[in-house]
This record gives sequence, C-alpha cells and structure tokens, in this order.
Amino acid sequence: MRLLPLLLFCFAVWAGESKEKTKLPSRRSDLERGEKLYQGHCALCHGTRGDGGRGPSLLRRRLTRASDDAALVKVIEEGINGTEMPGASQMSPREHRQVAAYVRSLSRVPATPVPGDPKRGEQLYLGKGECAGCHAINGKGGTLGPELSDVGDRRSSAYLRASITDPEADVPRSFLQVRVVAKSGRTITGERLNEDSFSIQLRDYSGNLHSFLKQDLAEIHRDRGKSPMPSYKDKFTGTELDDLIAYLVSLREAK
Amino acid sequence: MKNLALLLALALPLTEQRPFDVPYERIRDADKEPGNWLTYSGSYNGQRYSLLDQINTSNAHRLRVAWVHQVHETDTVETSPVAVDGILYITEPPDKVMALDARTGRSYWTYRRELPKDLRLCCGRVNRGVAVLGDAVYYASLDAYLIALDARTGRLRWQTRIADYKVGHSSTGAPLAVKDKIITGVAGGEFGIRGFLDAYDAKTGRRVWRFYTIPAKGEPGNETWAGDSWKTGSAPTWVTGAYEPETNTVYWGTGNPGPDWNGDVRQGDNLYSDTMLALDADTGQKRWHFQYTPHDEHDWDSAQTPSLVDTVVGGQPRKLIVLANRNGFYYALDRTTGGFLAGQPYVKQTWASGLDEAGRPTRLPNTAPSVEGTLVWPSLSGGSNWYSSTYSPKTNLYYVNVKEMSAYYHQGDAEYKAGTLFNGGGQRENPNEEPYGAVRALDVGSGTLRWEYRLQVPSHAGLMSTAGGLVFGSNGSSFFALDAEKGGLLWRFETGGGIVANPITYMAEGKQYVLIAAGHALFVFSGDSSGL
Repeated sequence: MRLLPLLLFCFAVWAGESKEKTKLPSRRSDLERGEKLYQGHCALCHGTRGDGGRGPSLLRRRLTRASDDAALVKVIEEGINGTEMPGASQMSPREHRQVAAYVRSLSRVPATPVPGDPKRGEQLYLGKGECAGCHAINGKGGTLGPELSDVGDRRSSAYLRASITDPEADVPRSFLQVRVVAKSGRTITGERLNEDSFSIQLRDYSGNLHSFLKQDLAEIHRDRGKSPMPSYKDKFTGTELDDLIAYLVSLREAK
Repeated sequence: MKNLALLLALALPLTEQRPFDVPYERIRDADKEPGNWLTYSGSYNGQRYSLLDQINTSNAHRLRVAWVHQVHETDTVETSPVAVDGILYITEPPDKVMALDARTGRSYWTYRRELPKDLRLCCGRVNRGVAVLGDAVYYASLDAYLIALDARTGRLRWQTRIADYKVGHSSTGAPLAVKDKIITGVAGGEFGIRGFLDAYDAKTGRRVWRFYTIPAKGEPGNETWAGDSWKTGSAPTWVTGAYEPETNTVYWGTGNPGPDWNGDVRQGDNLYSDTMLALDADTGQKRWHFQYTPHDEHDWDSAQTPSLVDTVVGGQPRKLIVLANRNGFYYALDRTTGGFLAGQPYVKQTWASGLDEAGRPTRLPNTAPSVEGTLVWPSLSGGSNWYSSTYSPKTNLYYVNVKEMSAYYHQGDAEYKAGTLFNGGGQRENPNEEPYGAVRALDVGSGTLRWEYRLQVPSHAGLMSTAGGLVFGSNGSSFFALDAEKGGLLWRFETGGGIVANPITYMAEGKQYVLIAAGHALFVFSGDSSGL
C-alpha cells in the first residue's frame, strides 16, 4: 500500500509528460512551419491541399489511423507498417508536432462530398465492370490487380477516378510490368515479383509464375508506368462512375 | 624413441595450434602469412587484398559452402572476422564476441556483454569486428567500452570506458592494434558528440592519448566553427583506419559535422569533420590533415577505411592514400604530406562543379538542404559508404561498390539536447529514380574508370581482391566473384539474407576459404571435393 501514492504520483507525472509531448502547437509560426514541412514531405501523396492522391484525403475530422493527436504524431514519425506511408524520422519531435498541427487544421476545411450511390456501385463492380475478375475484396475475386478491401482508407476519390479512367496516370512504384524475351525467342509479359542482378521472377497475366536467369534472356523490358488494366472511361456513364467510386470509397478496414 | 615421438605427433588432433601469440611484428608483416587475416582490413595498408591464390579465375566457379554459422540475433551482422592460425574471432550483434574453428565453424568460446537498454544509436545495434594483439582479443562495445579478452578463453581481462554512452557515444568499429597500443574510434555523429580518436595501452587499458577531431577554443582550426558549435560538432571516427609502420603513422577518416543537415548553426569549414587525419601512432600528434567536404550538409562522412598504395603515377613513384569518398569524388593524396594529387567523380554528383588544385570542392548554388527538399546526387548513403573498397597491386586498380542514387535533402530543426538525435533534417527518396549499383574498377592514380560490373540495386557491402585475380563482392543477398582484370562474373551464390559486411579470406589445413556475413549468418566457402 505504501507504493500506491508513489505509483499514483508516477502515473500523474507520466500522463502529464505524455500530454505535453503530444500537445500540438497552435501558434501561427508553428502552423506555417508545419505547412512548409507538409509540402516537402507529405503533399506528393496526400495532395498539396490535403485532398488526397496516392494517399488518402486528410480533409476530415477523424483519420482512420490517427484517432487522436498522439496517434497522428506517431504515424508521422514512424509511418504505417505494411503500407506505402513512410515515417519521417528525419524530422525532430517538434517538427512532427508542427506537421500534425497543420494536418489537424486541414480537417476544418470542408471536404468535397463524394457523389454517387455505393449500393449501385457495388452492383457495377460485380456486374458490368467485371472488376472482381482481377481485384479481390475481403478474399473474394481475382489476383491480377491490387486488393481493394480497404482502398477507401488508402486512396482519395479523385485518385480512384483517375485510376479507373486512365489507369496509367499513376501506377504505384511497387508494380512493374515486365516483358522478357528468352534467347529461345519465347516472350512472357507479367508483373515483376522479384529481381536481382542475376535472375528475375514474374507472374504472367494468366497467374502463372516464371523465373529466369538473366544469362538465358535476350531482352528485358521494364514498362514502368504501364498497367494491364484497361480504361473504363467509355464503358461507364458519368453517373455509373460516380456510383462505382462511391462504392470503392466506402471500402474501409474492418474495425 | 624417435618412433614414439612421431606416433605422439600423429596422435595430436589435426587442428592442434601453436601457442596463441600475435605480436605486433606478425601484423606488420601480415604479407608473410597470407593464410591468416590478422587485422580488420587483412593488413595495415587498408587494401583488403589477399595474397592467396588457391581460389582463382580458373576455379572460382567451383566454390561451395563449407559451413554456415547461424547468428541467433535479429540485428544486422556486419562483422569482418580476424583469422589466426585456424581460429576465427568474430563479433555477433549486439553484444557477443566468439572464437570459432575456422575449418568447421564450431565454437570455442563466447563472451557476452550485458548492455544497457537505453543505448543511443543512430543506425542499429551493429559491430564490425575485433583486433588481436599478443594473446588477447580487443572489442569496442555499443556502450562505448574498450574490452580486452583472453584469446584462449574469452575471459575478461580489462575494460575501459571510452566515453559516456548516455550523451550519444557508442562504438561499432573494429579497433586497430598498433605496436603496444589499441587504437579505437567512436560513433555518435548524429548525437552532437565531440569526436575523438583514442589509443590505449594493450596490457592495462590505460588511455595513452586522445586526439579530438574538433579543435578546442584557442587551438588551430577552432575558428572554422561558428560560436560554440564546435562543442556539438560530431566528426566521429567510427570505421577502422590504416597504419604505416615505416613512418609510424595512423591514417584515420572522420565523419560528418553535426547537426548533419543543418549547417546554418555551424558556419565555417568545420575542421576536422569529413577529413583524413595522419597522426603519430605514439603520441596522437597530427602530422597533416585533408578535408574532403568542408562544411558538409549532406551527411557525407569520410570515415571509410583508406587504402595506402605505393605505385607509379605519370612515371613517378608515389606513396598514395586513396579513397572513394561518400561525397561522390575519388581522391588520391600524397600520404607523406597530405597534398592533393588527383580526384574526380566516380558516380553521378550534382553538388560541386569540380575540385580545385588543392582538392577543395567548388560547391554549386542551391544544393544545400532546404525545408521543402533539395534534390542532390549522391544520396546520403553516398557514392560509397563505410564498407570496404579494395586495391589490388596485381592489377593496380582500385575497386569500389558504388551507388548511383539521389535524394531530396531536407533541412530541419537543430536544437541540441544531450543524448538525443541532433540531425537537423534528413533525406527523402527520389520517387522518379531507379537507383542502381555497380562494382567499378578505377585507375588508382587518377580515379578514371577502367571497367564496371553493373548491379540491379545499390549495394551496402564491401569488396575484397585477391592474388587469384578475383574481386569478391555482394549485392542484396548475392555474394559473387568477378574477374579483377576485366570485370566478368565468375561465380555467385544466393545467401538468402541481406549482405551488409566485408568479405575476408584465410587458409585452414592447407585450404583457402572465403567468408561473408549474410542475413543472420556467416557463410564460408571453399573448393569442392575435386580438389580446389
């Protein structure tokens, strides 16, 4: 029992320190510095106005991976494991908080609402679009394209729209289409899965796995920026496109 | 009786060793016993060149795994072992020294040091190896202690605190044994330490001299630091240097000034950061210095091991000290004076228009880090890094594992608080670039490219050349041998683990072995049963 007051005191000190550590600055100069850092480090993916791009929009009050300020600072500092979000270990703790303060200020900017009906979008996804032939949601669908189970957390609506109408507008760096020509003349096109100085591994667009020693290849074409996905610009009407995007935006990580 | 003696001799185990003793003279004359690898770079000259030629261009394709030593730790293994008369002395991260049988990989002993939980490290719990002298093994620990162990038992003889780890000091490099002293550097370039190089009495652990790599107030060179910035200017000494017995000179490179990416708070050249130091081995007195990157703002340490080379340049015999610097330039200096002889870029670089007559870079405008990010080649990993380059007297070429890679450099806060990171910024990758690597062979006198063997991605691992006409190197998880004359691939092995280490070679029982740390293991190769 003699320990209890000490423990309570320690907790109070720790809680105070923790709160102090994650308290976001509110001075104008901090927000300006935060914006400058944001434009250099974050805008490439999250958009210069925070409206998203390759990364999700930040124009909302509740961020999926950062429910409070402490979590937001941690995400900025350490990144999100298993995603394209890197940590900004090059920034100081104060700079993490300045960026976090700027990101929080973005939530006060009204986000552009996503038009469309997600229910109708789901029907288009499964029917007319035949999207499930290549993409999987919660374990159901094809393997050729990226999984979409939580794509609404990861991509902005504008980015999704561009991906559907012009799939090669921004192909993620993790995807590389390669075309290899063996010395025998055989040609295989597919997604590069692995490559070093001596060999290359790929999956063709029928799902078959291949491995080649480079010494056995006559040519390797790396089609950076190429995508096997066709454009759906002319396949869907404007309303259908809105519905499909509304459905994709609604796909979030299950809590 | 004669027969009895013969019988007794035959009854001795095959691996019976002579009494363990590595006096200074053995290391000095390492070329006389190429079957051993007696110091970090194989010999004092930093060339990482072996006279062994049992494995050579005609049979390298027959190399096979002889044994594997698993490291049961998750930290990166960067050790470069020392091989003495059939025994390998290695370090395992984060806290072990081991003696292994060089022929089988079986262990003789393990020393484990208990480390504090609150180490201050920029770049992982790593260690690059030990030194041996007399009958002792010397190891510098992550909590900045120099430790002497009995080479036969692994028992602690003495330990001396190099510096306080709580303010950012640590030790990751292999010490260098010179005469009766153990010379060791210190890491901590990202914590605003004041760097130094130390020499300790090998018998007692008493410090004999310390050379601060940043001059104190009133000392020449201190004027190259604005205000009090010299007190937190870093310039660490975290990679093993070279030594020249004829002149009793230690050559040791220094690291970045601190804070790394914010030079505004430390205006001036920042001596002796990013510098090659030539010091008297007995006293630590400076003989000369050459600063590669004055007022560095890109974290381009010049700490990597230099090579001491005697060769003929332009018809004149020269005593060179050469280095492919992290800043993207190759340098050949006169090692008797520190004077600049030649230099040129060996990778793409966009921060300097060239080197002037004294070897000083002419900086281009708008290349300093900025809050928004400034795109510069090379990246902070440099054109090369701490891992070994190698020089082969047989080909008169200098080989370096290069990185062709850029980065956006950011300037950030630079507020010093003892024991915390003092970076002042950092880098971000260039998303529009496909970085690649290569092994490049350079003319040693000029740095002119002779050949390159291109690699899919930049490496972070060292090279070794041999009298067998080979250059051993790594890329990602592959370990390979190239033809030292022409650069062709002769052999490769997929280890399955990332390689961040330097190779060595040695003999045991008349057989040559090649060793590399890969992933969480040591891989040791030798010829196959066909008699290589």
